[in-house]
Amino acid sequence: MVNMEVFLNYLKVFAVGGLVCMVGQILINKTKMSSARILVLYMIVGVILEVSGAFKYIKEFAHSGITIPIVGFGSNLAKGALEGAQKEGLLGAITGGLSAVAAGLTTAITCGFVFGLISRSRSKKI
Amino acid sequence: MIERKEYQDYVDKNSPKTPMIRTLFAAFLVGGIICCIGEGIRDAIKAIFPSMAQKDVAIWESCIMIFLGSLFTALGLYDKLGHFAGAGSIVPITGFANSIVSPAMEFNREGIFFGVCAKMFVIAGPIIVFGTVASFLVGLITWFTTL
Repeated sequence: MVNMEVFLNYLKVFAVGGLVCMVGQILINKTKMSSARILVLYMIVGVILEVSGAFKYIKEFAHSGITIPIVGFGSNLAKGALEGAQKEGLLGAITGGLSAVAAGLTTAITCGFVFGLISRSRSKKI
Repeated sequence: MIERKEYQDYVDKNSPKTPMIRTLFAAFLVGGIICCIGEGIRDAIKAIFPSMAQKDVAIWESCIMIFLGSLFTALGLYDKLGHFAGAGSIVPITGFANSIVSPAMEFNREGIFFGVCAKMFVIAGPIIVFGTVASFLVGLITWFTTL
């Protein structure tokens, strides 16, 4: 029953990922928070989840359902700093966080630069 | 004839209900689907490169998702999706990519330096600053406890 397992896995990813986003939508509807605040809040939640050790268990259960939301970004930052501090001391504490998310940041900034140069915004017409 | 305030109360009481349910549903649906696309990419990477370490798979997954988020923003599709999905398109990592690419595109008429390069951090800036400071604090506390 490999197919059933795969289906169940995707169902879990969908449910957890959807739920995380839905809570964000409740926050937007109730408090009129801007998207920047939502993203910062979720990232801090990710840091707290990682430090408390809870993130590991959610990740085992839902994989991309929790790592694809920005919570995963915060978790990676905290995990990098934690491991860096344990392995290399104070210098590791400084370099660990950003090293862990370097790939994502580089991709995002490079994409922003390239697409920012080659295409103009069309979104304002909606 | 009803008073303006009375009418406003009536509007406040009656209008937000439908959007609440509709937006929650949209956020759940789109957020879930985006996460499933990420999981699909993860499975695909694992199938193509079976020997790749678990950690590297996760890094590639988020890089590809960020690229896709940027691409769909550049094509003008992501903002249309955001109109429907709200938090469903903001919270995933593709929304982070969108928050960088979207202002970069919007301000490119103000030049490369102070348009594209400066304005791309309008939303992402706070996230990067908070994240960097938080990770340093975590590292610092860990370092103190392991002394």
